[in-house]
Amino acid sequence: MEPIAPDLFTLDGGEPALLGGRDRATGRIVFPLPADRDRFEPVALPREGRIWSWTVQRFRPKSPPYTGPEDFTPYAIAYVELPGAVIVEARLTGFDHGQLKVGLPCRLVVEPFAGKASYAFAPLESAHV
Amino acid sequence: MSDVCIIGAGIHPFGRTDGMTGLQQGVFAARQALEDSGVEWSEVEIAYGGSSAAGNADIMVNDLGLTGVPFINVANGCATGGSALFGAFSAIKAGQAEIALAVGFDKHPRGAFDPKPADWGLPDWYGETGLMLTTQFFALKLRRYMEQFGISARTLGLVAEKAFENGALAPHSWRKQPVDLDTILNSQMVNDPLTKFMFCSPAEGAVALVLASERKARELGAKAVKLKTATVRTRPPGSFEVFSPGLDIERGPSPTVIASRAAFQAAGIGPEDVDVAQLQDTESGAEIMHMAENGFCADGEQEQWLAEGRTKIGGRLPVNTDGGCLACGEPIGASGLRQVYENVVQLQGRAGARQVEGAKVGYSHVYGAPGLSAVTVLER
Repeated sequence: MEPIAPDLFTLDGGEPALLGGRDRATGRIVFPLPADRDRFEPVALPREGRIWSWTVQRFRPKSPPYTGPEDFTPYAIAYVELPGAVIVEARLTGFDHGQLKVGLPCRLVVEPFAGKASYAFAPLESAHV
Repeated sequence: MSDVCIIGAGIHPFGRTDGMTGLQQGVFAARQALEDSGVEWSEVEIAYGGSSAAGNADIMVNDLGLTGVPFINVANGCATGGSALFGAFSAIKAGQAEIALAVGFDKHPRGAFDPKPADWGLPDWYGETGLMLTTQFFALKLRRYMEQFGISARTLGLVAEKAFENGALAPHSWRKQPVDLDTILNSQMVNDPLTKFMFCSPAEGAVALVLASERKARELGAKAVKLKTATVRTRPPGSFEVFSPGLDIERGPSPTVIASRAAFQAAGIGPEDVDVAQLQDTESGAEIMHMAENGFCADGEQEQWLAEGRTKIGGRLPVNTDGGCLACGEPIGASGLRQVYENVVQLQGRAGARQVEGAKVGYSHVYGAPGLSAVTVLER
């Protein structure tokens, strides 16, 4: 399946990882990977992290830009702290919305979104982050 | 450098006005401000104005008169009005003009804002996957804050309850009906932890202010309020901004924190000297967080402040005395100037049923995407 954007994530090594950019001068890591490769070196981000903040999107965003299904189901989103790297914004998948809280461990998955491959974070059963 | 005064204030009521463009509402506000100031449009030496979705402010010269005045269009997100005021303030401060106009207006379609990723330097996937909504940002920033500092959902409800109480007393507000706490807390959840009544809605409205140098204000015999400072700051490293796919793990202060500090320094006063404050409340949590970011209380103290009603009219520091964005709605280009308008009215003692008795110092704060804040301090 075609990725929703180039250089958003990598499947090299079997498991998916988001791609960030490491500022060659300062070491600061940003997400997503900026186009300026002279300044930012591509880096595979940690695959596991913890929910830093969360909300549930309970109304359908306007299209454009939203390309999700017309038939709307609320979805959870979060900022996920990837340890030692950066905090990324993501959709959550597989969580019970009633159980969401800051600090829950999660892992990156690649799953279909509007006919393309996108990313989300799923519950991490064994908390070894 | 000259001291700066506000000598006239005008407003077109906020809400929905069918049959009138945003620009026409801007002209309405400008005419009212000029009338209030007693100066003619031909005496205005420079003007700054803007809207987010209702056209270019400088088109107003068609209606106000072709005087040749330099008219600068401003586009700075939710801080557009604040930035227009900053321009007018700076022009007078620098001796470039004796009389200046700042105007902000807007008219948005119903429903949430639908920004385009490319306009914000963001990739398309960010919008396509449903991550690019202002309401999500508010909820995400708030959830983190509530966890860190022990803010309850009830406190969010108390902010909204106060907003609708105050809005019912303001002639220019949109929402005129008080809403009780239970209704607010039990209304439809929009973006957890924020319910429908805790969010402002995109709306319409316009505000204009006439500014003059202190010398000119004296010469005119105008009923002037001193504009001690109009301070704008963009974001520092590590701040938490709307439309951010990634955040630094090492957290930093917000643009509000640095704008507020600079404003207090420029005005030569501290938060304890403020009698009435208008703080950006695009949702209830924003008002809570902005109370601390602007230095009025420590993080977490809001829980007690709201429980004790300290931010109500009659409390120690009344906040958003016209109901703020929650009761007035959010016309992006006008909101920042509405706050200043409200402070002018309060300081001149003509706020009627919502008057803060004896108010001498008024403070306003507006925050805009992608990370800037504008603060003003008014003194009578």
